[in-house]
Amino acid sequence: MVVTSQGNPTTPVPPPSAAVATTATRPGRPRTVRKPGRHTPTRSAAARRRDLPAALLLIFPAVAGFAVFFAYPTLRGIYLSFTDFHVLTPPHWVGLANFREMSGDDVFWHSLLVTVYFVVLSVCFGTLISLVTAVVLHRVARSSVLRGVILLPFLISNVIAALVWQWMLDPQLGVVNIVLRHLTGHSILFFGSGGWAIPSLAAISVWKWMGYYALLIFAGLQTIPPTIYEAGRVDGASEVQMFRRLTVPLLRPILVMVVVLTVINSFQVFDIVQVTTRGGPANASNVLQMYIFDKAFRQFDFGYAATLSLALFALLITVTFTQLRLARAGESDLN
Amino acid sequence: MAVTLAPGRTALPRRPRQDTRRFSPGRIAAWIYLGVIVLATLFPFYWILRTALSNNYKLATDPSSPLPVGFTWGAFERALGIASTAEAQAQGGSGASLDIALYLRNSLIYASVQTALIVLFSACAAYAFSRLHWRGRDLVFNVLISALMVPGVFTLLPNFVLVKDLGLTNTFAGLILPGGLFQAFTLFFLRQFMLGLSSEVEEAAIIDGAGPLRIFLRIILPMSSAPLATVSLLMFVNAWNDYFWPLLITNGQNVQPLTLALGVFKQSSPQAAPDWAGLMAAALIAALPMLLLFIAFGKRVVNSIGFSGLK
Repeated sequence: MVVTSQGNPTTPVPPPSAAVATTATRPGRPRTVRKPGRHTPTRSAAARRRDLPAALLLIFPAVAGFAVFFAYPTLRGIYLSFTDFHVLTPPHWVGLANFREMSGDDVFWHSLLVTVYFVVLSVCFGTLISLVTAVVLHRVARSSVLRGVILLPFLISNVIAALVWQWMLDPQLGVVNIVLRHLTGHSILFFGSGGWAIPSLAAISVWKWMGYYALLIFAGLQTIPPTIYEAGRVDGASEVQMFRRLTVPLLRPILVMVVVLTVINSFQVFDIVQVTTRGGPANASNVLQMYIFDKAFRQFDFGYAATLSLALFALLITVTFTQLRLARAGESDLN
Repeated sequence: MAVTLAPGRTALPRRPRQDTRRFSPGRIAAWIYLGVIVLATLFPFYWILRTALSNNYKLATDPSSPLPVGFTWGAFERALGIASTAEAQAQGGSGASLDIALYLRNSLIYASVQTALIVLFSACAAYAFSRLHWRGRDLVFNVLISALMVPGVFTLLPNFVLVKDLGLTNTFAGLILPGGLFQAFTLFFLRQFMLGLSSEVEEAAIIDGAGPLRIFLRIILPMSSAPLATVSLLMFVNAWNDYFWPLLITNGQNVQPLTLALGVFKQSSPQAAPDWAGLMAAALIAALPMLLLFIAFGKRVVNSIGFSGLK
């Protein structure tokens, strides 16, 4: 169906300042949006020179923090991945030995596979449930109390989320298994069986983040002008059609962002694994970050752990760029 | 998908819109879906409370009871370390005490000091990157923002080595500094806001002879109070719930935050059945400050999420 609109519909990617005005600032305050980097005409070159000392003073802490705790560790991490380093003795250069070891390391490949499995489950279920929830909140139940309620899991730490679910999924006393036994006569070893460990962890992760992503999508929905839906209704489109033909295409930038964020977060999953299974049973939930942690802090093999971190970093960059590229390729159907 | 409308709706004569919108099967399905989501969201919270108010020994006798089993405050007493060992073991506690007050204090120091520092330093830098004009401004900003590209876990190991070399392991300084001076997100967020402020007041102040620092303190900071509060809240929640970095840096109860202590509490009785009631009580105590903050500033948090998302 065709969206007929007078003038131009809003651009799919809302300018940040416009989004800010709709959500975070008090409405009704006049705002002049300036392009970053353009000088106001009233300021002379002399004034700009006068700004420099103040600017250097003000950015100093942030720049120092960036240099010491970010840029230097990043470069050092890359350097360490080419060394043999066991913390107590200084690192010594071993060239590509760590990378060779990694390519033949079955545990590494297995943990990569397990991590990807976790990521895929989290992204598919997380995005789908968040999207449907956001749409229902937007189209049917506009209540800020409900929005607050679904955000609750986001406020507690991963550790607490993992603990409560481990208790609820406990094989003997867990409420979920008691209900299952009533219904099917069987209980499931959620964290104790290889097949269930990763899906259970993904469920915890989806439960914790769903509300947050749903609210992100909801914010995106609020930027779609209602006239578009009015037009759709006049054309006789059903809710499902409007969802598929209007909502999803217009939301594409936000959905891409939600998927990218979920991927980045899921690849780095650690604390819920550490609290529940510690990578078990038999490596079934030994995600990459868990393996890196083990190598570094149980076996003190920092050089190899740095190599594994670098691999994870490279993987994340590649996946993110691919996703953004694919998203851009598909943006043509927006206008 | 839950939302469908009755087929052939367009063929029907037009009823008043109110009716069709209130009782269509699609709307009912949507409400049912929403009910399931809300239930799935809230049930674990209820279960924490119900377990925390139970007697750990009696939990096994009626594990599916929706109400606390053998109602007692014992679990909270154990979690707060005010139950005697004998009392604790009588209720199925491990007897391992958890000095939760100390851990709470550590969490509070970590989260509040880190939040105060990062918000202050980010605000200073954001002002310099948005309202002041100097050569190379945008280049420096873009270099700093490149930090968004590097996943947090990549710098954890080298940062641990760095903090260890500086001799700051198991100190608040080592815990707070790496995240207290610079975080790309807060800088980006505040600069984005400051760029949108109108410059009229500022120009009036310049004509009156105010320097850049005075303008920052007297004009820009007060005007930015809303985003400053928002970003403070997000940073506080992040630090309060942080796990990995404290796990690497701290090992004693003098610095360890509460999130770590919970894990320790759980592993204190690996052979016996865990003290679930005590664990849930401790978890509730750990989550309570965030829930209270949320009740106080709920609307702001909810709105800030939409805001932070639309980069």
